[in-house]
Amino acid sequence: MLFAPQSVPALVGSQMHIPDGFLSVLVSLVFWLLSVIGVGVALWRAGQELDERKVPLMGVLGATIFAGQMLNFAVAGGTSGHLMGAAIAAILLGPWPAVLVMTSVVSIQALLFQDGGLLVLGANIFNMAIVGPFVAYGVYHTVLKLAREKPWGTFLGGFVAAWTSIVVAALVVALQLAFSGTSPANVSIPAMGLIHMLIGLGEGLITVGALAFLSATRRDLLGLAPGRTSRRKDRFVWLGGLLIAIALAVLSPLASGHPDGLEWVAEEKGFLDAAQDAPYEIIPDYVFPGLSNVQFATIVAGIVGTLIVFGVALGVAYLRRQRRTSTAYEA
Amino acid sequence: MVETDAHEVLIENLTFRYPDGHVALQGVSLQVARGERIALVGPNGAGKSTLMLHLNGILHGDGKVCVAGLDVSGASDGVLRRVRAAVGLVFQNPDDQLFSPTVFDDVAFGPLYMELPPDEVHQRVARALAWVGMEAYARRVSHHLSTGEKKRIAIATVLSMDPRLLALDEPSAGLDPRARRSLIELLSTLPQTLIISTHDLRLVQELCPRTAILDTGRLVVDGSTEGILADEALLRAHGLERP
Amino acid sequence: MHFHFLDTYRPGESVLHALDSRVKFILTVAFILAVALTPTGAWPVYVLLLALVVAAVVAAELGVTYALKRALVALPFALAALPSLFTLPGTGLFSLPIGPWTLTATQPGLQRLLSVMLKSWISMQAAVLLTATTQFPDLLVAMRSIRVPRLLVAIFGLMWRYLFVLVDEAIRLMRARDARSGSPTGRGGRTAWWRARVTGGMAGNLFLRGYERGERIYAAMAARGYDGEVRTFPLPPLDTVQVLVLIGGLFSLGVLTLLGIWVW
Repeated sequence: MLFAPQSVPALVGSQMHIPDGFLSVLVSLVFWLLSVIGVGVALWRAGQELDERKVPLMGVLGATIFAGQMLNFAVAGGTSGHLMGAAIAAILLGPWPAVLVMTSVVSIQALLFQDGGLLVLGANIFNMAIVGPFVAYGVYHTVLKLAREKPWGTFLGGFVAAWTSIVVAALVVALQLAFSGTSPANVSIPAMGLIHMLIGLGEGLITVGALAFLSATRRDLLGLAPGRTSRRKDRFVWLGGLLIAIALAVLSPLASGHPDGLEWVAEEKGFLDAAQDAPYEIIPDYVFPGLSNVQFATIVAGIVGTLIVFGVALGVAYLRRQRRTSTAYEA
Repeated sequence: MVETDAHEVLIENLTFRYPDGHVALQGVSLQVARGERIALVGPNGAGKSTLMLHLNGILHGDGKVCVAGLDVSGASDGVLRRVRAAVGLVFQNPDDQLFSPTVFDDVAFGPLYMELPPDEVHQRVARALAWVGMEAYARRVSHHLSTGEKKRIAIATVLSMDPRLLALDEPSAGLDPRARRSLIELLSTLPQTLIISTHDLRLVQELCPRTAILDTGRLVVDGSTEGILADEALLRAHGLERP
Repeated sequence: MHFHFLDTYRPGESVLHALDSRVKFILTVAFILAVALTPTGAWPVYVLLLALVVAAVVAAELGVTYALKRALVALPFALAALPSLFTLPGTGLFSLPIGPWTLTATQPGLQRLLSVMLKSWISMQAAVLLTATTQFPDLLVAMRSIRVPRLLVAIFGLMWRYLFVLVDEAIRLMRARDARSGSPTGRGGRTAWWRARVTGGMAGNLFLRGYERGERIYAAMAARGYDGEVRTFPLPPLDTVQVLVLIGGLFSLGVLTLLGIWVW
């Protein structure tokens, strides 16, 4: 989204892809574990539900959602709204294929375009490719049930599902930031929550528009998602999605009210960071008068670093010359 | 399963209806001998592409379809695989056919799925690329290539399977004159039986001694190209123009 | 129409281009891990890590500032870390009165903020370097080598292959919309709600095109013998030089990380 020539995302646009450095190693690893499990289950389940068409279909739909995220519309002033796509994917394909599609979108965005970090990819996958589709699926089918099969149920369901998926995913991001000690919960949760409640409206509208288009052109595709028949297996996802949404809705205000609790966790688990103050007492504060140890070491590091870069540059220039002379021989 | 080597393709009374009810083929019968080159012409929507998709069992209609001596209708998985190794289908849009990350991967796909050993796969890829004159392109990424280059690679992707029959859907569509000329030259060198579905009647004149006209799902004429292309009234009746 | 702005690979003949993609991939992840494990405020180690990645960019013959610039793209996300500048307890540095509140920036807060931003910037440069020197099909090989399931790798491969095609279509849809968004009075556009729904229609259209293309691709795959199982070539073994580079790289990163942890 940041590289698309057409759209200039607003600073307050969707901040869902977490870059490296913002989550602690422990949080990153925990969410990697959760994502590996989630995607593993999705691979297995999608393997059961879909036939051999699954690889080409999910591959292309991944590309479609990626391209769809480039579709923008002017909101106000210079800002624009975008699509995340987890809801559409879950509604049209069912939760497990949607997990795979969104995983490929999020992974390729991180791998190729640095839209999201590599170490924190596990967390990003969890937020956008697992929580997103699950919550969307759960909410969508709840609304459908409540609407008792009326036609407007699809559209209202799509809107609410899309909105909820964005808000809940944002709340998870806020919690991850809080647990990592990057951002205090009492700020990140309300901030992410409120901003994405606004952004979610755009996602909801785009989702409704897409569903409207498809119900007019290819009704049969709307029946793609298993769940209308409420098979026992997919009830799990339905309930799971709803539970996640409710849990986060309840948990977040609690967490934001007790930031100390989360920071305590961050500091206990982030023992590497917490130990930082200790050595200063063991070693004298400075070797050179006027320069603290840290500053001195930083300068030395700077010099060593510059030497390394220069050394490599010289090496490269030398190799280049070698290459040129050897091709000159061949020429 | 009757092995009749006399006919490369034997279609009897083929009728096909799409799920939405549209009848795409009605009672089509066609026989193609080994080594023949036949053109399939007709207006858009006549059913040409649909007919081609029956040759390797992607679509199944009512009626008999025998290819390379194998009965395609109701065929088991094993027979279907043999059919698909014998029939090389080249689609209209090369972008749909070049689905692997690199050219090499795409040309190797067929042999790989035939479970040939890696060395043989490499050999076949090299041979197929050489045939279409694209040996230097093996490590390239398909989406960067021009339409003409993509069409040649698409042909290579089926050649690597050593098919007996090649079915091409609109091979010259979208090509500039130079690429088109080079494609026609390539097609003229191929030893396989050729079925070419096309609007390009000048290509038909050059390459195919025999022509069949398909219109609204029916095979209306099947005969010598020269005779058919000379008959202006016939051509116009089926949405075609004299080249 | 080809959208090469989506192409992150920069062809070249440097040492880094020649390195096996598996080695590069593992080293990149190890580097990012090393950066993540380096504690807040360990500035000398950050400097050395930065020097390492810049040296690697130079070795890749991309120019010193290539990755430096591209990695700045992440920085808007730093807004998320901004609050800790004011909320981490410690010696105050400066105060900002905003309405009825006074925000006091603290020294540990500043350290935390700067560390996060630095870590992010340095990590991203490694990722930029990886994609600039490695073609995507080779990255797929690297993924297979770390045991990513073949089904997932196949999906990635297909997605990447059709990325450009679908983005092409999306851009064409947007151009068509923009071309029809004129008005003789210079005003118009109705409401944001309406525009969002129009965009949704475009999204649905795009989805349909994608879906139908998926069906055609499946037909092409089936025509060449595809039966649902993902078949691939066996991975070639790593030669000694590559293994040595890998071990050397991991060792240096390990040393740097431990240095940071022990001293700080």
